[in-house]
Amino acid sequence: MSKGRYGIYGGQYISETLMNELIHLEECYENYKNDPEFQRELDTLNREYAGRPSLLYYAEKMTKDLGGAKIYLKREDLNHTGSHKINNVLGQALLAKRMGKTRIIAETGAGQHGVATATAAALLGMECEIYMGKEDTVRQALNVYRMELLGAKVHPVTTGTQTLKDAVNECMREWTNRVDDTLYVLGSVMGPHPFPMIVRDFQSVISREAKAQILEKEGKLPAAVVACVGGGSNSMGAFYNFIEDKEVELIGCEAAGKGVDTAFTAATIATGSLGIFHGMKSYFCQDEYGQIAPVYSISAGLDYPGIGPEHAYLHDIGRAQYVPITDDEAVDAFEYLARTEGIICAIESAHAVAHVKKIAKNYRPDQSIIICLSGRGDKDVAAIARYRGVDIHE
Amino acid sequence: MSNRLKKVFDTPNKKAFIAFLTAGDPTADCTVECILEMERAGADLVEIGIPFSDPTAEGVVIQDANIRALKNGMTTDGAFEIVRRVREKSQIPLAFMTYANPVFHYGYDRFFAKCRELGVDAIIVPDMPFEEKREMEEPANAHDVAVISMIAPTSESRIREIASEAKGFLYVVSSMGVTGVRSEIRTDLGAIVESIRKVTDIPCAVGFGISTPEQAKAMAEVSDGAIVGSAIVKIIAKYGEKAAPEVYRYVKSMKDAVAQV
Repeated sequence: MSKGRYGIYGGQYISETLMNELIHLEECYENYKNDPEFQRELDTLNREYAGRPSLLYYAEKMTKDLGGAKIYLKREDLNHTGSHKINNVLGQALLAKRMGKTRIIAETGAGQHGVATATAAALLGMECEIYMGKEDTVRQALNVYRMELLGAKVHPVTTGTQTLKDAVNECMREWTNRVDDTLYVLGSVMGPHPFPMIVRDFQSVISREAKAQILEKEGKLPAAVVACVGGGSNSMGAFYNFIEDKEVELIGCEAAGKGVDTAFTAATIATGSLGIFHGMKSYFCQDEYGQIAPVYSISAGLDYPGIGPEHAYLHDIGRAQYVPITDDEAVDAFEYLARTEGIICAIESAHAVAHVKKIAKNYRPDQSIIICLSGRGDKDVAAIARYRGVDIHE
Repeated sequence: MSNRLKKVFDTPNKKAFIAFLTAGDPTADCTVECILEMERAGADLVEIGIPFSDPTAEGVVIQDANIRALKNGMTTDGAFEIVRRVREKSQIPLAFMTYANPVFHYGYDRFFAKCRELGVDAIIVPDMPFEEKREMEEPANAHDVAVISMIAPTSESRIREIASEAKGFLYVVSSMGVTGVRSEIRTDLGAIVESIRKVTDIPCAVGFGISTPEQAKAMAEVSDGAIVGSAIVKIIAKYGEKAAPEVYRYVKSMKDAVAQV
């Protein structure tokens, strides 16, 4: 079996043109991972620039209202650029710089990863180009302008379904064109090895902090960690340091869109099957001939037909469970968190909030649940208003 | 390896011309007709693309062909049906070109058993590199279908291992990037072929970016043949169901150029 496997999942199903570059990337990463100078620089950026550690906030009103486990929110929404994406991007951009690259490219769905990448490029003085599905550039127009303010060039992708998967396709094509000076800063725990490993490692700061924070506040581990899953980067980061703690339930919330029994869904574990796509073997939404299915979710960041290979593995061995959350449930949770705790979270993160609303009462008051609040919701306000039939100008 | 595949490069000093088209673009009937015309025009092997929803190694021209074919209902079984119809009239060597997922999802064993039954001699899968090919190659070999290996301008130190295990012929990618017509090919292909020759005498065909007879001739001079896809797909896109005579004319001009070498 080739490298970068999680059980049968993962691998490097990618064109020959990119293979040497992936091998080179892995070598450089393994080298810098253990380089104290690199780690010190990254740590400084995380603390002084991104605002880490992020808070672990006790949501007291929500806890009282739901009646059951104590609810904690891991506030990745308070990071610079407003989401967990910065954790991975600072690491990869720094790596790119050390590798002698002068240009970084990235795909983006909701725009969070694009904004984070453009930010890191501005900070580190690198050229930056972002590929974003045309439909997403419309849904998230504010983020497009934000990336342009940061000096990035945004390419609207007009192929296929014009969403996240097509942005990944186009980014891979562009990387094939130009590997010498360019690193593809992949935004999730997906794609060919070594990306699922690199992104997981950089995102695992979430659970490293959360574990220390919950032990300090509660004196024991949480009963559950809940996070939304598209490709799965914030959830893998939130799960990772709890995987060995078998008593901690790990729950990923997939975007069910209009429901898993409709064609308008992006719930990969619930509706997908084993396949090979975007460089990895994993679960994908696909038809009987292995054509990748168009997927749908109100959340551009979860609107992806696959899931990272390590999640597929955690699912198979029963270490994590994956539940579908509909648009309606997510929008309700989005509004609920705003009213109850005064926090407007990303519609992606609202999928995790929605699930905790359902399960909190099944736990005792001496137990706790950590929700990874992966991003803030400013970007979603206009879309939620539209969803509720309110027409506002941004 | 099938006898048909052996024949593609079996005449010493004869250079091969390999033509590509997408199954079902715009219709299965047209694909069958174009393949037969390609043979009549002198093509030595035809690559039939099984359309995929997300062809990440393709430029815009072949991406669009994939979309057209899928929209018109082409499937993996539809591509097999095209092969069956071609084989009623022709013994031209045939290769499938597609992505890992349609083959994986069909089931490797079922897929390659059907290839052998209907007469597909080889398969080219751009997202199945050396490191991963084993899972596909074992069932393919069991059914006498050659999995064609690719070498890229970036392969460098990988050339040795890839070439030493290659079957049928080596697909040498002329340029960085995706498929598509290029005005100029800058890669030092002579040097790449030379590195391959140190390891194996397997035939090498060059593809990606070739559209003019001059380019095809230049590529054939440094290798054993030229592969052309996007330029043909462009003709099919332009002439639609009436493309076969135009495809014949074009393939003939390319084959003639290659034959001059």
